[in-house]
Amino acid sequence: MAVIELSVNGKKISKEVSDNTLLSDFLRDKLSLTGTHVGCDTSQCGACVVHMDGNSIKSCTTLVADCNGSEITTIEGIAKNGKMHSMQEAFKKHHGLQCGFCTPGMVMSAIDLLQKNKNPSEQEIRDWLEGNICRCTGYQGIVAAVKDAASKM
Amino acid sequence: MANLIGAKLERKEDKKFLTGKGRYTADINLPNQTYAYFVRSPHARAKITKVDHSKAMKAPGVIDIFTGDCVVKDKIGGLICGWKIVSQDGKDMKCPPHPVLAKDSVNFVGDHIAVVIAETLEQAKNAAELVNVNYKLQKAVIKTSEATGSENIHEGIDNNLSFDFLLGDKGKTDEAFSKADKIVKIDLVNNRLIPNAMEPRAAIGDYNTSSDELTLYTASQNPHLDRLIMSAFNAVHPEHKFRIVSPDVGGGFGSKINVYAEDVVVAYASKKIGRPVKWVAERSESFMSDNHGRDHITHAELALSNDGKITGLKVDTIANLGAYSLVLAAVTPTYLYAPLVLGIYDIPVACCTVKGVYTNTAPTDAYRGAGRPEATYVIERIVTKAAKEIGMDQAEFRKKNFIKKFPHQQCLVHNIDSGDYNAHLDKAIELADYKNFENRRSQSAKKGKLRGIGFSSYFEACGVAPSAVVMSIGSGVGLWESAEIRFNATGNISVFTGAHAHGQGHDTTFAQIVSDKLGVAIENIDIVHGDTDKGPFGMGTYGSRSLAVGGTAIVKACDKIIAKGKKVAAKMLEGKPEDIDFKAGEFILKNSNKKKTIGEIAFACYLPGSFGDIKSPLPEGVEPGLVETSFFDPSNFSFPSGTHICEVEVDEETGETKLVKYTVVDDFGTIINPLIVEGQVYGGIAQGVGQALYENANYDESGQLTSASYMDYTMPRADNFPQIKLDYTCTPATSNPLGVKGCGEAGTIAAPAAVMNAVIDAVGTDVSMPATAEKVWKALKKNGSKKAAA
Repeated sequence: MAVIELSVNGKKISKEVSDNTLLSDFLRDKLSLTGTHVGCDTSQCGACVVHMDGNSIKSCTTLVADCNGSEITTIEGIAKNGKMHSMQEAFKKHHGLQCGFCTPGMVMSAIDLLQKNKNPSEQEIRDWLEGNICRCTGYQGIVAAVKDAASKM
Repeated sequence: MANLIGAKLERKEDKKFLTGKGRYTADINLPNQTYAYFVRSPHARAKITKVDHSKAMKAPGVIDIFTGDCVVKDKIGGLICGWKIVSQDGKDMKCPPHPVLAKDSVNFVGDHIAVVIAETLEQAKNAAELVNVNYKLQKAVIKTSEATGSENIHEGIDNNLSFDFLLGDKGKTDEAFSKADKIVKIDLVNNRLIPNAMEPRAAIGDYNTSSDELTLYTASQNPHLDRLIMSAFNAVHPEHKFRIVSPDVGGGFGSKINVYAEDVVVAYASKKIGRPVKWVAERSESFMSDNHGRDHITHAELALSNDGKITGLKVDTIANLGAYSLVLAAVTPTYLYAPLVLGIYDIPVACCTVKGVYTNTAPTDAYRGAGRPEATYVIERIVTKAAKEIGMDQAEFRKKNFIKKFPHQQCLVHNIDSGDYNAHLDKAIELADYKNFENRRSQSAKKGKLRGIGFSSYFEACGVAPSAVVMSIGSGVGLWESAEIRFNATGNISVFTGAHAHGQGHDTTFAQIVSDKLGVAIENIDIVHGDTDKGPFGMGTYGSRSLAVGGTAIVKACDKIIAKGKKVAAKMLEGKPEDIDFKAGEFILKNSNKKKTIGEIAFACYLPGSFGDIKSPLPEGVEPGLVETSFFDPSNFSFPSGTHICEVEVDEETGETKLVKYTVVDDFGTIINPLIVEGQVYGGIAQGVGQALYENANYDESGQLTSASYMDYTMPRADNFPQIKLDYTCTPATSNPLGVKGCGEAGTIAAPAAVMNAVIDAVGTDVSMPATAEKVWKALKKNGSKKAAA
């Protein structure tokens, strides 16, 4: 057990956690931020993607202990003043989601892509999203959403 | 408000999912909750000689442990086959007992033996390791092809044969084959798949010791059916004291139709301990214990005349049911499959046999398409082969044999009400630029790539289904759907549907229909589903039925609202009900400027008297309130159809196959929301491509599932696809007033054949699904390719 201090969606948090607590469990169980999903437990599906200090990471295989002093942003933290992030808006416009389970991770991953590559090609978008599995959409709406968001961000 | 049929509206439900506010079963936590962890069999086939949980009971945090003995003692029933079929000798299919916790034997890796209930999940897991199960190992039966020749898995089921099904006239078919000018033969394997909804299954049992009410939260496609089965067959709790809630569900694809052992056990355990019990599947548990899909071996023959007309079809299939028979396990490879092997061709005579066999593998059941992808794979592979063998262009061969007049009574079962198969084939050919394919093939060859093209012209029977028909062939329930329109006094509407959305977008599509019918703004319409305590009994969502059956129930309930509204409006406008027109949300007295909005009528219905200035009298005999319910039982299935054209490039050196061009033209009848329909088609195609190129559930000889994680089971990913080109033709369905046909499974039904026909065209020889680089490379080698790298 150790006391971990971190910021989640801009809010400072100090909690005692056991050494083996995963970031995904911490967010879901301790902070009730259930928008971060666990789909595979093995870092493959990407439903658990959040940002740590601005970079996308898979929270289901990250220990909270390794997040001490870091800034975590989850899907709940990207809309501002009730207005959705332009990536969220683009997913809605282009039907980039169906059941919604992979969506939070997909959106967080896509935002990180545009932070690193402002104007990605279709192939670059598809390659980047290789670590996020969606079973519903066939990815076509997702790719269209990321392209559209890139033109607006 | 009006004219919303066909409007490309963004989805109402999206915002909650996009902002992390979706509420799936695993997101629910109840006060005083406990955690369940299942002890599962590590062996494919064994006798259980002893289950000793004495040590585990003493482990920290353990509240209780339940075993097969406990459920027997408490008279909890086993899992059921919900649609039983009859063999060709007139005997009922054979179903083995399927206990929710195995007591005497286990029959697949992952079979449930005991459940540990503890204060924390970690404690439950740790204690589960202390449960000592003694096994007497037996030789597992794994391969579909070897099942009937192996030792009996279940007592009294000889040759592991559940049923030997026949559809069609064998004598007449043999006669057609004896007169045929040419017979084309094919052997096919339809690979075993794991549905892999992204949300793993989850269930929370919550027994209220005061009121004797039991609530089960579970990721299900059909909560009312679950409640019925769990009350009537598993004897968990009486139906009237039992509530099932399926909140947001993260994809189903058929894998969330069944009542699973975990559902029954957490509900039972909650009653036993008087506290909530939560279980969430790990992904490896989902791989092992969700129902799997497909797994057929088929031999088919097509009889032809010299001029290229199909004169007969014979299909013989062995379908692997896995260890037990689940709810739709038997109907999926029989009635959902055999009638469909005819495809959209005018075939005068046919017969299809299906042997359903048991093996020591996870039970199979409906998986997106359920029977129709398997059927389409048979007919579209053999038709392509036939065209090639007689040297006719494959599009021309298809058109020559297409059904052209409707309604068309097929020689097996279905009476197809509508369609225009030339129209979608022609449109697809145009969009896919078929005429220039050989140029593209040459271009690819210059890059060292083998290019192939594949067609798949499919139809399917969806919108299940007329109750009288399905019950006459073994279904344990009718397949109607319910809807209730509850107009609130303030003018907004709650619509209760028996269908269940787990990605399909009913909140939007159904609201569009109601808004279009009643002229109420879409934001004032709420679609409610997934809670047995809220709406009327409904059958749930599967088989692309929600719109054709559930949507029609909504239309019918709207019609009743309008009919009642006319009576009330007539009184208020001082006319006769037959003189009231209803249009765009207004009741108008003919030949006058007198009218009332539907909101005013609703208000009047709730205030049938005078209050201050408000006077809202109801006509005599009309009850207060504005609530109408409808149960719709369709007169026929609906029959969407379409043509897919796929092009692939195969790297001759490595055998790697890349999808480079994909075109689809569907006839779904009327389309309510094109945005949602497109999404269903793209997603369906992705799953079909997954089956063709990537996905495979693999058991080794001892019955270990060697593809039980995303590192071993290849899911299609974003970089596997090009942009898909999509268009429609439209012949409205005649079996429902909306003219809709269903689109949820079409992509998955047609795509495997289109992709594999393209791969085989590229490679020049047969390859089985999934066409992995290794398999394609081996096929190239065998076919004499000198380029295939050593």
